[in-house]
Amino acid sequence: MNDRIKTGDGGIILTNAEDLMNWARLSSLWPMGFGLACCAIEMMATYAANYDLERFGIMPRPSPRQSDVMIVAGTVTFKMADRIRRLYEQMPEPRYVISMGSCSNCGGPYWEHGYHVVKGVDRIIPVDVYVPGCPPRPEALIGGFMKLQEKIRGKQEAAPELFLEMEAAGQQAVLS
Amino acid sequence: MTFQEITDIVTSQFPEYIISPDTKNLQPALVVPVQGIAGICRFLHEDARLYFDYLACITAIDNGAVADTMELVYNLTSIPYGLDLTLKIVFPRNTAEGTLPSVPTVSHIWRTADWHEREAFDLMGITFEGHPDLRRILLPEDWEGHPLRKDYNAQERYHGIYVRYEDGKLLEPSSDPDRA
Repeated sequence: MNDRIKTGDGGIILTNAEDLMNWARLSSLWPMGFGLACCAIEMMATYAANYDLERFGIMPRPSPRQSDVMIVAGTVTFKMADRIRRLYEQMPEPRYVISMGSCSNCGGPYWEHGYHVVKGVDRIIPVDVYVPGCPPRPEALIGGFMKLQEKIRGKQEAAPELFLEMEAAGQQAVLS
Repeated sequence: MTFQEITDIVTSQFPEYIISPDTKNLQPALVVPVQGIAGICRFLHEDARLYFDYLACITAIDNGAVADTMELVYNLTSIPYGLDLTLKIVFPRNTAEGTLPSVPTVSHIWRTADWHEREAFDLMGITFEGHPDLRRILLPEDWEGHPLRKDYNAQERYHGIYVRYEDGKLLEPSSDPDRA
């Protein structure tokens, strides 16, 4: 009747929904495809054949709506700051930010006399992982992604606060 | 044609202006009066012996509070004759009324000057009289001040973001008179 041989091996994975969701998230981190300065060259090298970020399930997406992570690769100028903030706001949650290189970490070589440079991208958007270097080597960026994966793996996603508030308000309405 | 010959042609054409050749450095320059820059450039562009058809660059220099002058350096090239000439104008950093300096434009002679003059306006605050479209070229429109001037003070916040590294705490003004 059935051609397949039944071995009785495997077929069942015991886990909980949170771990499964986290595993799915960290295994397909899609960054937004954009770069700001020389760090972007190293980022492109990391995507390309030699370092091949796609073996981690990381591939650049052309739209913030399809992205999970934003790699801020390069010098953030005040002129660009508004655009970065808007792009970040357009990304669906859960969203993560990797700050790549000295410029976006803290202003880098422009910290004192660079009138045009935001002294750290964390002044405009929250950052999850900082990758040091000027520019960081591809290994360092991969290391940053692995740090981010660790961070996601340990995450216990609580229900969104707004949802909890709405639920509490609904119970209030039922009680009164 | 040598620099001396070009100088002679220009001085004989404009006897009303004091035109002083500056040969201290490897690259000689003609220092011309501010009000004469547009007329001299027009002549250099149109004269059949010179035909400076290419404006390679306009550079603005702030000499600081001690000298209290600014300079504009024009690098001209005559492509058919293979000539190069450097023109300089020197003027006070601020006018008597305390406003930013103003010099005549050369954008009607070379279209290149349009964006070069916009850059000098954006970063150094030099106004060009007669420029067709004197807007900022690099910095955002709502930027305050002209950052490459020696007396520039960074604004505290830009669109709500602290500008300085020290999170908005203002530093003591520099004791170096050149940066005052």
